[in-house]
Amino acid sequence: MNMNILVEVRKLKKYYAIQGGVFKKRIGDIKAVDGVNLKIRKGECLGLVGESGCGKTTLGKTILRLLKPTKGHIYFDISEEIKQEVEKLEESTDSNSQKLQELERTHDLSNFEGKRLKKLRRRMQIVFQDPSSSLNPRMLIKDIVGEPLTVHGLAKGLEKRERVINLLQRVGLSEDHLFRYPHEFSGGQRQRIAIARALATNPDFLILDEPTSALDVSVQAQILNLLQELQSDFGLTYLFITHHLLVVEYISHRIAVMYLGRIVELADTKELFENPMHPYTQALLSAIPIPDPEVRSHRTILKGDVPSPIDPPSGCVFHTRCSSAAKECEERMPDLVSFGDEHYVACYRMNHK
Amino acid sequence: MAKLLEVKDLVTNFYTYEGVVKALDEVNLEIEEGKTLGLVGETGCGKSVTALSILRLIQPPGKIEGGKIYFRPDGKSSKKSSYLDLLEQSEAFMRKVRGDEISMIFQEPSSALNPVYSINDQISESFLLHRRRELSESVVREIEEKVDKADSILKKIVYKMKRGTYRKMLVDENSFLLKFLSGIPVVSSYNGWLKKSAKKETIEILKKLGVPHPQKLVDRYPHELSGGMQQRIVIAMALACHPKLLIADEPTSNLDVTIQAQILDLIRKSRKDLGTSVLFITHDLGVVAEMCDRVAVMYAGSVCEISEVKELFKNSLHPYTKALINAIPKPGGKGKLKSIKGTVPNLINPPSGCRFHPRCPNQMKICRQIKPELTRVENNHLVACHLFTGQR
Repeated sequence: MNMNILVEVRKLKKYYAIQGGVFKKRIGDIKAVDGVNLKIRKGECLGLVGESGCGKTTLGKTILRLLKPTKGHIYFDISEEIKQEVEKLEESTDSNSQKLQELERTHDLSNFEGKRLKKLRRRMQIVFQDPSSSLNPRMLIKDIVGEPLTVHGLAKGLEKRERVINLLQRVGLSEDHLFRYPHEFSGGQRQRIAIARALATNPDFLILDEPTSALDVSVQAQILNLLQELQSDFGLTYLFITHHLLVVEYISHRIAVMYLGRIVELADTKELFENPMHPYTQALLSAIPIPDPEVRSHRTILKGDVPSPIDPPSGCVFHTRCSSAAKECEERMPDLVSFGDEHYVACYRMNHK
Repeated sequence: MAKLLEVKDLVTNFYTYEGVVKALDEVNLEIEEGKTLGLVGETGCGKSVTALSILRLIQPPGKIEGGKIYFRPDGKSSKKSSYLDLLEQSEAFMRKVRGDEISMIFQEPSSALNPVYSINDQISESFLLHRRRELSESVVREIEEKVDKADSILKKIVYKMKRGTYRKMLVDENSFLLKFLSGIPVVSSYNGWLKKSAKKETIEILKKLGVPHPQKLVDRYPHELSGGMQQRIVIAMALACHPKLLIADEPTSNLDVTIQAQILDLIRKSRKDLGTSVLFITHDLGVVAEMCDRVAVMYAGSVCEISEVKELFKNSLHPYTKALINAIPKPGGKGKLKSIKGTVPNLINPPSGCRFHPRCPNQMKICRQIKPELTRVENNHLVACHLFTGQR
């Protein structure tokens, strides 16, 4: 498949410094995202699953540049030639060449500042997990949804009002809701407002950070259906971050599984659920409680907890909980390798097969 | 099978400034001995209020207004073993029941545990409250061994004095002498032996629950543990006294799937070992399908359907249950999710008649006027809906 790639992340790292001592010296790092490669195609919905603390949200925020990455590249709608040129220049001996710096400054989102960053932000937006904390309680709905339009100078006065009404109608609210405050709405409606705000600037790319985990099942279904409609109507590209595997199966085209700051498996949704290859994915899938009492699945229960990202295990980060860990796994982290038909796995066990 | 708990027409209201929140409107439930009843519903439908009402833990402005809660105690906390109405019992009796006969696992383990007490303090508390007699017995036995082994006369006298205190405790734990002694600073430390023996029990139960390194763990504090481990501690607290009924209020909703699988497995195992009945409160139908024998579906303060799990998923009758099952994503399922239009009603001013009628696809005229009663439609399948009560 040769599809247009909208967002690409290469060797992305985000470390949070741990400070200690009298002088607030850096005494360690929390390796939240540790060398992630990811391609998101135009018009698709990529699901990003993993347990809490595995770096899903950090990855999402770093792609939007709400956080400054420690290392790595983020490309947003950049042609393949330029990416390859950057890579070539980096590998060459003269790694500090002027040309490389120039290319990174103009094309790599991780180095953008000021105006250039703001211009791109218009094309990418985020919907947060908890709508009651992501909407300012002191602002009217019309101001909340209209704010991105003002910030980016897209519309003013009557035109702005019209667009706000349009957006609200698009997400299933109406003109009557313009002069209300967030607390007057239910959780599902608040999430609709957050979605309307994210759509205000007419973005290409939307990061959905657990948009339904604070909602009830009946409302969750409404929001998921709305998101699907919006995607086909506006041709949006989604990065859907969640820990709920059945939701991600429902909405995503492809799924990336994250564990402790790394992507361990990436495949087509159907392929991943039918043929999970990484032992972590297998355990994760078997742990889903299936809403059907007839199917009492035989499950593999993982032992222990997720290790601390401050001092992750050597080699393959999963080897401490893996049932089939070999000596090799303790030494080196396996790379994400393709096993036919766009199925990528980072596991040595697969290499030997 | 004998009924362990029966809730009849339970009504609980909350008197807030905005008005009376009619949180529970005639809830009816039954739990059989050794079985697990799932209680499902959306946020704010009264699942947790039901649980708290059973334990009589509703705090003002809430008030239990009516109904009956029949429970058959084991005879551990009272001599009677017939059914008692918990709502008519004294507060002192309820304190004996809570944690001993009926215990609860709360939703958020980090707020269910007290941050300033160690794990040992928190688990052994329930032994010290409910198992004083057994603990004193084992302490007396221990002291007797020491008396035999003691090498000096002085030591023997000290041990014999201590033995006297514990024997007194065995006879009457509320005696005046003991109360007087516990007021004197140095002498009051006689409780130390009890605590030591409670700690032993604590380590024992943690071992039984499969917690790694219980000896080290008991001296730790809650913040040092992960969410899954904290939940295990809460479960240990709840199971410490081998309760007859365990109320699990969304025990896994804040945990990751892999940890959730561990916790569910743990509850399943201990349920089997102890023969405990469980009231399992959750909003996740997947968990219900896995854990429960029977399910009660709640909507806006009343139970709308009760049936066996398999029957409920295969042949649900109430429109709300049907809609709820259709609204969840299923494995391998594509196609559109069917959402329920509208939102959960405000319970200060609930809809008249059947509380589900504004959102119901098959509402009739009668639904707006009369609240349907929970009626037996088939063997073991109860529904509160006019669609079914009218016909039969």
